[in-house]
Amino acid sequence: MSTLGTGLGRAAWLVFERDVRLAFRRWEQVTHPVVFFVMIATLFPLALSPETSLLRDIAPGVVWVAALLSSLLALETLLRADLEDGTLEQLTLSGQPLGWLLFAKTLAHWVLSGLPLVLAAPLVATALAAPGDAVGVLMLALFLGTGVLSFIGAVGAALTLGTRRGSVLLSLLVLPLAMPVLIFGARATDLAMRGEPAGGALMLLGAMLALSVTLAPIAASTAVRISLE
Amino acid sequence: MPETPAALLEAENLQLWRGTRHVLRGLSFHVAAGESIHVRGPNGAGKTSLLRTLAGFLWPEEGRLLWNGADVSQDRDGFAADLAYLGHENALKADFTPLENLRYATGLRHPPTAGTFESVLARLGIGAQQDLPARVLSAGQRRRVALARVVLARARLWLLDEPFTNLDVLGVEALSGVIAQHVAAGGIAILTAHADLELPGISPRRLELT
Repeated sequence: MSTLGTGLGRAAWLVFERDVRLAFRRWEQVTHPVVFFVMIATLFPLALSPETSLLRDIAPGVVWVAALLSSLLALETLLRADLEDGTLEQLTLSGQPLGWLLFAKTLAHWVLSGLPLVLAAPLVATALAAPGDAVGVLMLALFLGTGVLSFIGAVGAALTLGTRRGSVLLSLLVLPLAMPVLIFGARATDLAMRGEPAGGALMLLGAMLALSVTLAPIAASTAVRISLE
Repeated sequence: MPETPAALLEAENLQLWRGTRHVLRGLSFHVAAGESIHVRGPNGAGKTSLLRTLAGFLWPEEGRLLWNGADVSQDRDGFAADLAYLGHENALKADFTPLENLRYATGLRHPPTAGTFESVLARLGIGAQQDLPARVLSAGQRRRVALARVVLARARLWLLDEPFTNLDVLGVEALSGVIAQHVAAGGIAILTAHADLELPGISPRRLELT
């Protein structure tokens, strides 16, 4: 059996670069989740009342529910198009470890759908009257949390490839697994907004990220192989 | 079929079920280096299932597949590095040009060498379209780009599922030439086509599925 001329690092970079470059050719796909996120979060002050104390109470919950929903919205695009045009078959047969390629793919997906949420966080925090010194913790928590959501979501997306339109099933599958992210993300944000140390919740988010980054690509690669059968 | 000692690919007693349908019923065959096989049979006879089994997408209930004498289920990625698969879908991104598509697809296997993409595309008759997005290419032109990917994969085993779909006379001729060259260099080509095909330059052995 022959070995390939392309190393692991180069292969991951190619997969990553391909997805990022494709996304830039379809700009609306990238902007959709972040616009959705900002819209949900900024509609609350308009719908409820602009009273600062009320907004501060609901802000952590609103931000994290919006982030969760917007991540779910973006998940459908992670693998579906590649399945339909045969790219996923070719990735499986590239001779490179599929889990590693899916890691690169998920990373690209996070950069395109999760990172914009982190960058939009200051805007959302201002709209919800969050104190300025809580923004840093919010961004860090979103950075860790959206990472977990992308990697857990990749397993869900891979598992639902076999169904014709798997988006409802995908949400049902991923939501329970995403609950800890919602809980600890909102907790970290809440603590920071009260001026208390949020280290504990952030560390738990970090631990979840470490766990999902290492295990999810393996699970996703098995799920992809099953879906291709 | 006579067993040749030089058999590179060996299928032993492949049994494959799809739901309640027994698709491959104890199929055994040997392919030596430099051989081409034309898998024939009516629609639904299991031609695609056979190729997908050989590519490792489908797992046969029984039987095994040997490549170079080693069971392929022991080293899936190593076997994949030796094979190039052309499925029903062309695996092209509509927003990318043929050159970009090839860069990402074959780059996963080998670092590109200057000019090879262009020369293979020209050989398959789509050199003039290499910088257009795949979206605007015709079905036959997209098929040719997908075939260019197979050629550039530098794999010994080609699994081509209906490679002649959408190709015109010149396309069939170009593809036959490419397959003939691959086989002459010691490669293996296994292709499906439901009809009898006149392929200039190659005389594939027939494998009938019923």
